[in-house]
Amino acid sequence: MTSNTRREVQAAMIALLVSVAIGSLLALGVGVSPGKMWWEMLERTASDPYLFGQVLYKATGLALCGLAVALALDAGLFNIGAEGQITAGVLVCATVGAALPDATPAILAIPLCLAAAAAGGGAVGGLIGVLRAKRGAHEVITSIMLNAIIAGVALWVGNAVLFRGGTTRGDAIVAGAELPELGLGGSSANTSLVLAALAVIALAWVRSRTTWGHAWRAVGRDPAAARSVGISVARVQTLVMTASGALAGLAAANFVMGHKHAFEEGLGRNTGFLGISVALLGRSHPFGVAIAALVIGFLSQGGLAVGDFVPKELTEMLQGVVVLAVAGASVWIKRQPEPGR
Amino acid sequence: MIETILTIAFLAEVLRISVPYALAAICGSTTERAGVIDLALEGKLLFGAFAAATIAHATDSAYIGVAGGMAAGAAVAALQIWFALRLGADQVIVGVALNLLALGGTRFLLQLFYGEGTNSPRGPAFGDAVATNPIVWIAVIATAGVAFAFVRTRWGLRLRAAGDRPEALVTVGVSPFRARLYAALVGGALAGAGGAQISLSVGVFSADMSGGRGYMALAMVILAGWRPAWAAIACVGVACASAIGFHLQIAGSSIPPELAPLLPYVLTLLVLVIFGSLGKPPRSLGKI
Repeated sequence: MTSNTRREVQAAMIALLVSVAIGSLLALGVGVSPGKMWWEMLERTASDPYLFGQVLYKATGLALCGLAVALALDAGLFNIGAEGQITAGVLVCATVGAALPDATPAILAIPLCLAAAAAGGGAVGGLIGVLRAKRGAHEVITSIMLNAIIAGVALWVGNAVLFRGGTTRGDAIVAGAELPELGLGGSSANTSLVLAALAVIALAWVRSRTTWGHAWRAVGRDPAAARSVGISVARVQTLVMTASGALAGLAAANFVMGHKHAFEEGLGRNTGFLGISVALLGRSHPFGVAIAALVIGFLSQGGLAVGDFVPKELTEMLQGVVVLAVAGASVWIKRQPEPGR
Repeated sequence: MIETILTIAFLAEVLRISVPYALAAICGSTTERAGVIDLALEGKLLFGAFAAATIAHATDSAYIGVAGGMAAGAAVAALQIWFALRLGADQVIVGVALNLLALGGTRFLLQLFYGEGTNSPRGPAFGDAVATNPIVWIAVIATAGVAFAFVRTRWGLRLRAAGDRPEALVTVGVSPFRARLYAALVGGALAGAGGAQISLSVGVFSADMSGGRGYMALAMVILAGWRPAWAAIACVGVACASAIGFHLQIAGSSIPPELAPLLPYVLTLLVLVIFGSLGKPPRSLGKI
């Protein structure tokens, strides 16, 4: 392990420990033994295939979203618009999936639906990138505005066109576009897990082994320096935000193609914000993101698993604590002197 | 629709709606003029709204609720300054982290206090009153007062120096950290009062009731070139869009009811894209 990697791992571990400590204090606050809470969370999740599958289901969406946020962070951009990008991906993916002829074979339907999901999210991400690169509009503010606008527009499209018979569910996608479930105790875990794993590996490779990866990380470290070696900062920012949005949109594969098989109101909600915790806890590295997605997925599902004696708001609050703890721990670690060897 | 807009009642409504935006924008102006990126406005509003509603409910006094909201806003600002300046953490990330913490934290505290994670019990409220609502007066006085204080008081001069040339402050023996802390605390208290207006106008706190107002206020700060009074006035424009959206929704116009409430978001986005900023950011914004 290089000293840099070691420090990143240390920062993530410290942040996680601080979050567990704060979570324990919160548990005491609601009159629950922290030891019992953490143990039951682990025990129930590990022993019940359904709960374990739900962790994998959540982690799949979180990994794709975490990669989206991490990719943007690498280039010095903070994509908190993943929430809207997922909704756009879900909407486009489900619409294309439902519009395909019934007999479309999987070999055509799956790539088409994946492309639709990526295009939906990528269009939103690209818009944020263009506004940042060309107009200097801060991506955090435009992202929040677009999140609200997309949520409203998706609801309107749903109510006006897609939803059937008073439900908040649109037409089902064709059978060929469905991704098979993993069959873990009837849970929603599905084969889009493989897609997420491939995305992790692909991004890790592009990031460290290609000139693109170096260009976007150079822009993230120092835009002025990147400009002086001939990198077009505006172009990189736009492309990175488009790719970031496309990754977030791909989370629709998990929600639509793998689980609900239709557009539903609020599908995938909150995954975009959790993706921020995942990316930061994973220290923006694809492999770190994969591990962090499992951790946050476990926290999120584990909070529900012990819902009979711990309020679910406790783990919701921890998700904010994690982000703050990582932000603090990463700079604190950097300040510590390098140990002698 | 036009008849609705051209009434005194509508003007009063716009003024009332603009209060949380304006107070958040004044907070954004003070914190950012002192050199600290302030994306935590949403968290200050939300914690302020929560503290105001719960304290007003517990003491049965909306006035004590306002004080509680201001204290909560200042507390979030103190936390923000500690992370951003003492630890030196990324200011954008700290801001967003505090907003996420406010979202989950207020829900957790609702559950802890009342055994329910969405709404607080009904307490005293200011309702639709404008002239007798103290928060409206806080907003009016803060708009003029902070703009005046920026150019005429030691607090304001040091604050602006901390944001533009902190090294100049150091040479005269003043700590830029302190100037930034005081700027953030005053701003935080004002944003907390803005949050109090959100919950005390109805007497109930609901989860996520700030609804992005903090981000819109920051967009107006940028539009106004980091000038507090101008930013507050720009916020009246957002409030106007919000009020029109609300009336379009209840008037049953041809605009779909799902889209009418989006008006302030669309307006903010357009303003950011078309105008960006009518001024320069503080020279040392985001640098420590």
